Amino acid sequence: MTTTLQVNGQTRVVQADAETPLLYALRNDLGLIGARYGCGLGQCGSCTVIIDGKPVQSCDLPVSAAVGKQITTVEALAVIENEDEKLHPLQRAFITEQAAQCGYCASGILMAAKALLDVNKDPSDGEIRAALEGNLCRCGTHGRILRAIKRAAQEMRGLGVG
Amino acid sequence: MAQAKDPAARKLPGSLDGNRRLDRWLCINKDGTVTVTPGKVEIGQGILTALVQMVAEELDISVNRIRLAPASTAFSPDEGITSGSRSIQDSGLALRHAAAETRDLLLALAAKKLGVTLENLTVADGVISARSGGTATYWELATPELLAREATFDVVEKLPAEHVVVGTSLPRVDILGKITGKVAYVQDMVLPGMLHGRITRPPGPRARLKSIATKEVEQMPGVVAVVRDGSFLGVVAQREEQAIRAERRLARLAQWDAGEPLPDSDPRRLQTLAAETEVISEKGDPATAGVRQFHAEYTKPYLAHASLAPSCALAHQEGGKLKIWSHSQGIYPLRGDMAKVLGMAETDIIITHAEGAGCYGHNAADDVTLDAALLARAVPGKPVRLQWMREDEFAWEPFSSPMVMRMNAALDAKGNIVNWGHELWSHAHSTRPGGSGGVNLLAAWHLEKPLPAAKPGNPPLPGGGSHRNAIPLYDFPNQKVTNHLIRQSPLRTSAMRALGAHANAFAIECFMDELAEAAGADPVEFRLRHLKDVRAKAVIEKAAQMASWKPNEKGDGERGRGIAFARYKNLAAYFAVIAEVQVAEEVRVTRMWAAVDVGQAINPDGVINQIEGGIIQSASWTLKERVDFDRQGVTTRNWTDYPILTFVEAPEVEVALINRPEAPPVGAGEGTQGPVSAAIANAIHNALGVRLRDMPFTRDRIVAALSA
Repeated sequence: MTTTLQVNGQTRVVQADAETPLLYALRNDLGLIGARYGCGLGQCGSCTVIIDGKPVQSCDLPVSAAVGKQITTVEALAVIENEDEKLHPLQRAFITEQAAQCGYCASGILMAAKALLDVNKDPSDGEIRAALEGNLCRCGTHGRILRAIKRAAQEMRGLGVG
Repeated sequence: MAQAKDPAARKLPGSLDGNRRLDRWLCINKDGTVTVTPGKVEIGQGILTALVQMVAEELDISVNRIRLAPASTAFSPDEGITSGSRSIQDSGLALRHAAAETRDLLLALAAKKLGVTLENLTVADGVISARSGGTATYWELATPELLAREATFDVVEKLPAEHVVVGTSLPRVDILGKITGKVAYVQDMVLPGMLHGRITRPPGPRARLKSIATKEVEQMPGVVAVVRDGSFLGVVAQREEQAIRAERRLARLAQWDAGEPLPDSDPRRLQTLAAETEVISEKGDPATAGVRQFHAEYTKPYLAHASLAPSCALAHQEGGKLKIWSHSQGIYPLRGDMAKVLGMAETDIIITHAEGAGCYGHNAADDVTLDAALLARAVPGKPVRLQWMREDEFAWEPFSSPMVMRMNAALDAKGNIVNWGHELWSHAHSTRPGGSGGVNLLAAWHLEKPLPAAKPGNPPLPGGGSHRNAIPLYDFPNQKVTNHLIRQSPLRTSAMRALGAHANAFAIECFMDELAEAAGADPVEFRLRHLKDVRAKAVIEKAAQMASWKPNEKGDGERGRGIAFARYKNLAAYFAVIAEVQVAEEVRVTRMWAAVDVGQAINPDGVINQIEGGIIQSASWTLKERVDFDRQGVTTRNWTDYPILTFVEAPEVEVALINRPEAPPVGAGEGTQGPVSAAIANAIHNALGVRLRDMPFTRDRIVAALSA
């Protein structure tokens, strides 16, 4: 049995059956390992991807529920230009602020943040925190992550990106 | 380096003393790179970045030339366990010395080749130049034999004033892969033909498997093998979701004997159990009465490491050899225990480290590795990837022990502490693999022929385990500190960030606040007057200055602030912190100001990142966290059962680093934990006038304290 998905702008066929959580199809069928398994219960946000513009936890979403929708994963944040990886402003800001310790939460947080900045170009601190309500960080890197998202938003406004 | 009188007693720095061959640590490559092979591992703390800096500094090369090899029992030095905030001292100082000696050896070769004396040579990024002309590079000079020798004592490392790489905030070497979704963790590894495993655990630690009809599961789609050995039950399948489905079916089919019921989960139960009692500090007359006496008792519950990623390992059995990829903090001790369980020679097992999520101590990393090996043995030739489910991690990881601290003190007429007593009750804080007389791996206890666990214990003082930081750094004329160790715990306990130092420093620093209040003293001044150590005073004064602390400042019924201090293990990082809380329905920690002194900071921003993280994690422990269990087993199974501090709740944190390049570098990972808990308790008291002594400080406990 196969399922057809739209992932990062491409049509992809996966072997996973309809009930399989999207996370396993992304990781094991498509090799898109940026979304991480943290709980399988939709509680921690490590597996967050963007589906039709909204941040969604892929660990408890059946593949069937993603059919026909546009799925974006962290792998699509950076773009390749002239064989160089051009990082997204969010990624650059994470480096500038050194916003990682173990980094296991980073992919999901980057996607939740992108979903926010796509619809709100100048979020307040409170709006950024609220947008990450579904994402846990165990290392305590919260302050740096919040600063990085703020920085990226500023840069994107300045550059007119996104 | 100074010459010791007795050459036999001389020691090389850190782990170099036990692993003296230079080529176990470094390799100079022909392609202009240097491979570094530390035995310590990255657990999110940023150690690899600091090690790169220390090597680049002594070798006089760009950090970009350094390649890090993952620690492996195939070639890495045995550095025991990455723990105790000791990696800078153990691995960093070893590499610093090894790199300095390597540089000397290369300079000697260059002097010979160029026909000049050593004094005429300079090095820049691996290029050695003679003042009289002529150059040679590390890359052309190095031969495989060059480092095939033991380190010597005749090496002069750079002086701190000469450092150009150490002491700068080099960006983390591991960040790019983590933010671009690349393979960054053992969880992401894929081997050709890899299968997926899952384990069905008993309903509780005392339950045993009575019966299981496996046939139905064996016929499920994708299932390759069902593995049963005693009460160890697992499945291997083609696809991950197939393994999960098969495991769920196994769990429904398995019949268990529940075993003896578990006892109550109240930490004070510890005081009713038979203990091994040891007085670990006694000075003056512990019966000194002063003019007023005080008593207080503090507790903490079982806590979970609660790593964001459930533990994972890959195992591949082929011929008589077993290849393993694991996020263990101690690949050599783990290999030793695995060899005993599997009946193999240690040399037939190769364990290579691959990073997992932050672990903060002994989580299930080791246990899952044995699980994966047991499954891989059932499907020889096929690699097996096993990741525990979230529920497995919460129910079966080793927990931080509950503790009770009973404090007493006496004040004299001037309000000075003239007597101090600290009694503590705790289970063991170290049950890692490598313990003597047993095997410290979960599955080993569930096998048909189980291998018993080693006797649970504590690391010895001065570091200590349950008694870590129980001896106060304050100068009291009379004191007595007593450790009651209850080795056997209903739930397995082991090392978690700071071990007993979390609860001991919490109790000491809360009690200091209670005594300051009784003495009518400002809590900052009261601490300073009982300290002689100038570095201790400096961090307290710095934190007070950052927070614009006002002597005897009072809370307003909702907002309040509190201070706390400790020197980790009484021999490592100094740390002082001021917490601000806002109490309404619940306690919110709104801001924290902290000062830290780790001696020479190898990477200042790395130190600050660790301190910020420790502060927020400890705030989470203090306000929210507790592992619970019923008569059968652990009832804490997911993030709803075990809430941690969220992005909405995280405080603003400001950290000042007091850098002392002339002082030996020490670790930064753990010194925050106790003081943060105490500062929050002291701030709550400052805000509300009530004293919370039992963690976590949940809404129910605030309400109970206010209505008492």
